[in-house]
Amino acid sequence: MMPGQGAMTAETIAAPSAEKAIHPVWVRVTHWINAIAILVMIGSGWQIYNASPLFDFTFAKSITLGGWLGGAIQWHFAAMWVLMVNGLVYLTLGFATGRFRRKLWPITPSAVLADVKAALTFKLAHDDLSHYNAVQKLLYSGVILSGIIVVLSGLAIWKPVQFQELTTLFGGYNFARYVHFFAMAAIVGFLVVHVALALLVPKSLRAMVTGR
Amino acid sequence: MRKLIPGVDSQLLIKDAAKVMPDPMRRTFLRGAFSLGALTFLTGCDIIDSDAAEGVLRKISEFNDGAQAALFSSTKLAPVYPESAITRPFPFNAYYDEDDAPNVDGAAYKLAVGGLVDNKKSWTLDELYALPQVSQITRHVCVEGWSAIGSWQGAQLSEFLKRIGADTRAKYVWFKCAEGYTNTIDMPTAMHPQTQMTFRFDNKILPRAYGFPMKIRMPTKLGYKNPKYVVAMEVTNTDRGGYWEDQGYNWFGGQ
Repeated sequence: MMPGQGAMTAETIAAPSAEKAIHPVWVRVTHWINAIAILVMIGSGWQIYNASPLFDFTFAKSITLGGWLGGAIQWHFAAMWVLMVNGLVYLTLGFATGRFRRKLWPITPSAVLADVKAALTFKLAHDDLSHYNAVQKLLYSGVILSGIIVVLSGLAIWKPVQFQELTTLFGGYNFARYVHFFAMAAIVGFLVVHVALALLVPKSLRAMVTGR
Repeated sequence: MRKLIPGVDSQLLIKDAAKVMPDPMRRTFLRGAFSLGALTFLTGCDIIDSDAAEGVLRKISEFNDGAQAALFSSTKLAPVYPESAITRPFPFNAYYDEDDAPNVDGAAYKLAVGGLVDNKKSWTLDELYALPQVSQITRHVCVEGWSAIGSWQGAQLSEFLKRIGADTRAKYVWFKCAEGYTNTIDMPTAMHPQTQMTFRFDNKILPRAYGFPMKIRMPTKLGYKNPKYVVAMEVTNTDRGGYWEDQGYNWFGGQ
């Protein structure tokens, strides 16, 4: 603040603090809507998986959503709209505002290697929440890509006749089921790391709620 | 649509709403209640009303019926496969064991036809077999996720509906099966070129396991929308639901 300056208007106070916000409001809103939608999708998706498992295991009923196949499908195809609409808003704003380019680009293999090494030796700094290290850039880009793949492969399974070109792109109906499963697994893997780190660095959680 | 009442705790309201539900559903509902806010903004339903709370997911499922009807193309064909792709043995699937499947007497069989049609005469198997026959090798997709490729022969349903003078401006065709299974489908799907009154599987008379004497094969719909052991059909403007649809499976069940 300049010395000798008179009474400040609300705008002049708000302007610099808004610039300092680590996450603009659209990021925070879409983040939490996405968090809810993805949890519903995963929980109901596990119940649907159990009806015809791809592998030699099923998910415990206590961690699935919907009670039975019909209920799970109702949840899955309700949250689907939330996930898709919210995801489209997020992707559009991420590209349009330049946030993706500023925050997630570039990702170089050497920077990733250096930061992994730093992280494993507990030397990776987390001081500046507005700047992502290379590992963060890789994980965030990866989970965005997984999100896109999980939605597209889901559409391919849902509509193998009406969207048959998309289904073919995913290697046919049966292969698309595996793609859908592994994209889910990638998201769940990300979530484990993401939630653990957010709890280890609580100010990052606060930043996603209040913006600062 | 009602406005939210200021000062009312939405958590308590959700709990109240759940009290009117049967027990297993209530547990499921409460487990998922955290996302109801998100669901509400999409449907425009007001979850303040407990009746509405019970129906939120069903409402969205109905919305999805409309979305699927809009996505449905009358001319887009389901992919077809070579004979070598046929799944052998093709799985038997029903809500009962194979031994309990209906055993329909072909000689006595008569397909009853009713509703908005000019000619309500019943059809014997010989008469049905004499209809122009078509064939398809397509993928049967079960709502559970598994799929199997089968070979089906029979008459085009659209051709049959024209033949009996059906009012194809009607909204639905309803099917009744020997064991009591029922199914209502939309008219656009009934008129789809691949929707078939099936009398043969893999060029042999339809075996009991696959729906003797007649199955309705719709490669544009999931398995539960493909009724077997069909004994009656009706052209109607009244949605009469179906065995699985009434329990919560999506009505349109398209793919």
